[in-house]
Amino acid sequence: MAFSQGFTPHPKISYASAAPTGVASEAEYLEIGLREPVDPAQLQVALDNALSPGLDVLDAVVAAGGSLADRIGASRWRMELPEVAPAVLAQAVAAFTEAEEVLVERMTKQGRRTFDSRGAVVSIDVDEGSATPSVASAVPCAILEMVVRQVTPSVRPDDVLSGLRVVAGLEPPVAPKVIRLAQGTLTAQGVIVDPLDADRDGAAIGGR
Amino acid sequence: MSVPSTTPRPVAANSVWPRLEPLLPQVTKPIQYVGGELGAVVKDWAAATVRWALMYPDAYEVGLPNQGVQILYEVLNELPDVLAERTYAVWPDLEKLMRAHGVPQFTVDAHRPVRDFDLFGVSFATELGYTNLLTAIDLAGIPLLAADRTDADPVIVAGGHAAFNPEPIADFIDAAVLGDGEEAVLEITTIVREWKAEGRPGGRDELLLRLARTESVYVPRFYDVDYLPDGRIQRVVPNRADVPFRVHKRTTMDLDAWPYPRKPLVPLAETVHERYAVEIFRGCTRGCRFCQAGMITRPVRERSITTVGQMVQQGLEFSGFHEVGLLSLSSADHSEIGDMCSGLAEQYQGTNVSLSLPSTRVDAFNIELAQELSRNGRRTGLTFAPEGGSERIRRVINKMVSKDDLIRTVVTAYTNGWRQVKLYFMCGLPTETDADVLEIADMAHEVIKAGRAATGSKDIRCTVSIGGFVPKPHTPFQWAAMERPEVIDGRLKLLKQAINADRSLGRAIGFRYHDGEPSLIEGLLSRGDRRVGAVIRRVWENGGRFDGWSEHFSYQRWVDAAAETLPAFGVDLDWYTTRERDELEVLPWDHLDSGLDKDWLWQDWQDALSEYEQDDCRWTPCFDCGVCPAMDTEIQIGPTGRKLLPLTPVNGLKLPTGAQQ
Ligand code: B12
Ligand code: SF4
Repeated sequence: MAFSQGFTPHPKISYASAAPTGVASEAEYLEIGLREPVDPAQLQVALDNALSPGLDVLDAVVAAGGSLADRIGASRWRMELPEVAPAVLAQAVAAFTEAEEVLVERMTKQGRRTFDSRGAVVSIDVDEGSATPSVASAVPCAILEMVVRQVTPSVRPDDVLSGLRVVAGLEPPVAPKVIRLAQGTLTAQGVIVDPLDADRDGAAIGGR
Repeated sequence: MSVPSTTPRPVAANSVWPRLEPLLPQVTKPIQYVGGELGAVVKDWAAATVRWALMYPDAYEVGLPNQGVQILYEVLNELPDVLAERTYAVWPDLEKLMRAHGVPQFTVDAHRPVRDFDLFGVSFATELGYTNLLTAIDLAGIPLLAADRTDADPVIVAGGHAAFNPEPIADFIDAAVLGDGEEAVLEITTIVREWKAEGRPGGRDELLLRLARTESVYVPRFYDVDYLPDGRIQRVVPNRADVPFRVHKRTTMDLDAWPYPRKPLVPLAETVHERYAVEIFRGCTRGCRFCQAGMITRPVRERSITTVGQMVQQGLEFSGFHEVGLLSLSSADHSEIGDMCSGLAEQYQGTNVSLSLPSTRVDAFNIELAQELSRNGRRTGLTFAPEGGSERIRRVINKMVSKDDLIRTVVTAYTNGWRQVKLYFMCGLPTETDADVLEIADMAHEVIKAGRAATGSKDIRCTVSIGGFVPKPHTPFQWAAMERPEVIDGRLKLLKQAINADRSLGRAIGFRYHDGEPSLIEGLLSRGDRRVGAVIRRVWENGGRFDGWSEHFSYQRWVDAAAETLPAFGVDLDWYTTRERDELEVLPWDHLDSGLDKDWLWQDWQDALSEYEQDDCRWTPCFDCGVCPAMDTEIQIGPTGRKLLPLTPVNGLKLPTGAQQ
């Protein structure tokens, strides 16, 4: 790994919009600077091997230029809400979608902030029946899928949940399970494109 | 894209993970409970015959880097039929949730309940972990008192330096091991394996008896303590036939034969040290009279320069760390330290690897070494430990440094480019007066003056760091009275004023101190007997946790608990701390043999009082401290005359070679 110059050199590594603590993710991206060129496929294996089970390195590509952060415009999230009836959730979502703006509050490093949780939400849908919750159980479980744009201050899934509470009084009895399914560039059609595609050059490096 | 593409985390059969995971988003730094670090080992539960849970009773960030636990973890896991996992103290936020949701104390490796293991080994570098021990036992669902445990509970074994007087926790542990652990854990494992193979004859009692018969595992329940009417101990005697009168410490000889850790753990969360540490020797015979570590780890046993070189190379290659610590009680004293430092510095020149030597020796040689080590451009602060402010008090503690030496050394550091040095001191040493402490201010002033004169620059600083002295068992100061916290705090205040009396010099001097109150409690715990167990328990019941952390430590809670429990025994907090003991008093740890001859210790205490210094047996003839003949050990030092083998630091990627565990 390459290190910065200076009195206290630090490794050249940067994370693009890391998922909040306590949130699962299938799509995290980071950029590292290396001391010398290596085969990305081998790099992927070496990194994967050094990390804990569950922290899996899936692919590595050579960056062709530009910043990774610029290619991350939005994320797709999935939220499981155990003990919430899908119909109740659907009602809340409808109210949220209708609203122009839904102000919510969250503690940030700069203190308590109030911001809009609605504007950044590109799509928000109740997943009906098609998906099964990750843990099978007898109690009902509503599932939400949403695409949220990368904005400042960032709007996280828990902010959208706060928004649902504000517009429809939704109070999940159990802490929801949240997972990031994808992140990348948002097309005009609302599709998220893998941010590494631009570097892949058509060739299948890293072998999915 | 909605199909999960990653491998799910393997969940062991008896894992508490499914119940723990939902709690983690609600606590601070959940990553510390997740496990799966590089270097971690998860084995098949059913295939193991002997299972150890090892604990460092502090938070992950302090406990993970602990060498002792890492070494034992590796030594044990190398045995095919043995499984060892780690557990650390959980923070109060998670403790609360675990209690609410019935999640027991778990290991971070496979998240198994600690109670399922055969042995629960706890490493005590300091006594301040005792309340965390109680939390862990209780959360594990194990009865707090050893006497109430059944065959379904693990055998709780204490180790580490504090285990040289485990009496304050005697009611809570089943056994204690004094000294080096490498061979001790293997021997304990063998005994447990045989006992299980025989169908556990005689149950827990028989197992403990077998351990006690080794004469190097202390089982408190097999000893009765009788007290005199005035509260002192009358005697400590075995209450079973076959149990030795004294239990002896363990000494691992030939460190080259034990080159651990080979596969250092790489933490997932931020920790106090992120480096590969190699012990370059064990033991120390400089004879500082306050230093328990120096007294109980004799004799000096060096690891050879070639083994150190190999360990560094392999440890770095395995872990990817960028820092190497050459560890020991006084690293500059290794007989081949010069070649070792220059050799390593050369090998890693031009890489990102930095080397550090936690040495505090006050001489120019130390600076030479530091210069070698900073070849890569990284210049960490230099630390010297004169420990005592006046020449007189330094004779009392046997720290042979003159003021001139100190000033010369520090000025050399400044002229060689260091801008900042740290000076370590203690307050409350035996025979100390205000004047002894105030001399620290003079010393610091002269250091700055001389430094400015030599460098022609005002841009030099020193920091005075001072803490309260705590008398420890198995040292010549084990008989000494502690000073009261008010006296300590008063002296620290005077010292601060004296430092700042000269505005210009004072600005260049940083002042850091620990106040007297925590030291008094450490003093209670370090020289306590079994009756102190009642205080620990009361403090814990009243919420005492993480006593090594100033933000969690409550002096008042300890004082109150002592006042509530000790009078029933006719003693009090002062009796344990500020009282001087006489020669004939039976000390709580007299039946625990560190090898040191009690008469020699007493003589050394008398020498301290008459300000008579004692040389080092590495360079002058043996002074009969008793350790070598009693333990059948000998000094093992070089020089070997060998050089570091030329090793080429590996470049490029480290790809998996075979099956990963
Ligand atoms: C590195 C270090 C630290 C580091 C890292 C601590 C860590 N996570 O390990 C830091 C900077 C955090 C630290 C802090 C402190 N430290 Co410190 N530290 C050391 C140092 C330099 C090395 C320790 C070490 O790794 N030794 C090598 C290992 C292999 O030895 P070991 O742990 O004792 O383990 C062996 C045996 O004891 C035994 N064993 C250990 N556990 C068990 C368990 C079982 C079941 C068995 C059977 C055997 C066994 O087997 C092991 C292998 O043989 C020592 C000095 C030294 N060279 O020993 C001081 C030392 C241990 N620290 C000391 C002190 C006082 C402290 C602090 C209390 C300072 C303070 N006032 O804040 C804190 C306490 C922190 C805490 N809450 O635990 C003192 C202990 C004093 C004493 N007992 O008289 C020492 C001896 C330094 C000194 N000379 O004063 N410390
Ligand atoms: S017995 Fe002698 S040689 Fe051995 S540690 Fe003690 S003084 Fe040194």
